[in-house]
Amino acid sequence: MQRQHSYLQLFSAVCKKDLQLAFRQRAEIVNPLLFFLIVITLFPLAIGPEPGLLARMAPGIIWVAALLSTMLGLDKIFRDDFHDGSLEQLIASSYPLPLTVLAKVLAHWMITGLPLVLLTPVFALLLNLDSQALVATVITLLLGTPLLSFIGAIGAGLTVGLQKGGILMSLLVLPLYIPVLIFATSAIDTSTMSLDYSGQLAILGAMLVVAIISAPIAISSALKVSVS
Amino acid sequence: MQFDSFSDFIAMGGYGFYVWLSFGTCALILLGILFSSLNDTKRILTSVQQQADREQRIKQAKQESQV
Amino acid sequence: MWKWLHPYAKADRAYQLCNTLLPYFAVVTVVCMVVGWVWGLAYAPADYQQKDSYRIIFIHVPSAILSMGAYSSMAIAAVVALVWQLRNAELAVIAIAPVGACVTAIALITGAAWGKPMWGAWWVWDARLTSELILLFLYLGVLSLYHAFEDKKAAGRAASILAIVGVINLPIIHFSVEWWNTLHQGATITKFDTKAIDPSMFWPLMLNIVAFAAFVGTVTLIRLKNEILQREKHRPWVRQLLNRG
Repeated sequence: MQRQHSYLQLFSAVCKKDLQLAFRQRAEIVNPLLFFLIVITLFPLAIGPEPGLLARMAPGIIWVAALLSTMLGLDKIFRDDFHDGSLEQLIASSYPLPLTVLAKVLAHWMITGLPLVLLTPVFALLLNLDSQALVATVITLLLGTPLLSFIGAIGAGLTVGLQKGGILMSLLVLPLYIPVLIFATSAIDTSTMSLDYSGQLAILGAMLVVAIISAPIAISSALKVSVS
Repeated sequence: MQFDSFSDFIAMGGYGFYVWLSFGTCALILLGILFSSLNDTKRILTSVQQQADREQRIKQAKQESQV
Repeated sequence: MWKWLHPYAKADRAYQLCNTLLPYFAVVTVVCMVVGWVWGLAYAPADYQQKDSYRIIFIHVPSAILSMGAYSSMAIAAVVALVWQLRNAELAVIAIAPVGACVTAIALITGAAWGKPMWGAWWVWDARLTSELILLFLYLGVLSLYHAFEDKKAAGRAASILAIVGVINLPIIHFSVEWWNTLHQGATITKFDTKAIDPSMFWPLMLNIVAFAAFVGTVTLIRLKNEILQREKHRPWVRQLLNRG
């Protein structure tokens, strides 16, 4: 089979298609954000509204809420393509599947992760986060949410062929999220003490680089198993 | 032998409950998975046997109806 | 080596290999476990600090070691299954997973029972216990993924992929939890100082480690046999097995 398009064209085409689909049904973008906001609202109601306590717990609350809300969108990442058969076409095409997968994961991050990062400053006000911690929160989310999308996509790829894949996927993926959670929250914690937190950021960055290289391979082999 | 009497051995210097709890659950879990695995073997072999018997009966019935 | 290994890609040869290995593993398990438990419980001297409660070490440490060991062997089987497309290796992944989960559960329970007299609480967010708990989640993930698939062929491969992803993540998780622990708890009592362990405690411990390893091997072989039989149900060699037995 001859390749009529360059890899870059393929990448941007897949990415653009997913973004366009998401923008047409806006609920996909808005719902995880609303979920994130509601979870953040629940915490002060559950543990009490003292500003000191909230500020102390804010990094954990924000990150746990971010984990859960990215889980919501993950199920959709390959499901529609699986049902209308285009996933099969993508696998059968002569283009490398990891590249296509990379484009899809990037699109997924732009739909679910990026809005979260952009809106966090607003949500953080609810939890009494000071400006130093706010900067750290935004940076860790910026590094961490793509990582969540990559790891989560492995689980999504494994469970896409199953009827009730949703809960199973969170079971598979959440334990793998733990290192991200630990380093991200500790970076924010360190920043509230006005200490240098570049070490944690460097580790998050390293994990992101490893994920960008290796996760697409794992995701595409998972998809091949699910589709065959 | 570290213990003077059997009741000393059971008491484990006051830590008997924790020690025997650990060893007890450990033995329980190990035996549990061992016997459930052995039971699986038996179950699979019986089902193979049943399938073989069934095919035998079908064969026999066919032969009888032909006669 | 390939020439020697290749026949075992066939199911009936692999089944026979399991049968020949099984008695050795079973004998080693029974002998080492009986001797190790009696030695550890009755004859090993009491620890000068922890008194007799330290005797839990003789099952806690072997099960913790084997929980990691079983996961790595599962991942190795998974790599073999995916790279060389060996069906038997996939079955091995599924045979090891429940055994590993059980051993991990033992490590957790004994850890909690040891923690109560030592730390005063059943559960302390100690680095080792926390990583064991996450390891248990990983095992359960592999198992539930396998059982969610109708098509057992796809199930085996999906579980293999997850096992490999898990084993890549395991060191990262372990390291991050350890680091998190030092950050939050400062100096907790570590169960093991680096100081050398006395031979009178070391040898029963060693014996118990061997016993646990042999136990994991025994049950894995039994389960592997089951998986092979289940898959090859309709083959003539399984029928012949019945006639002989």
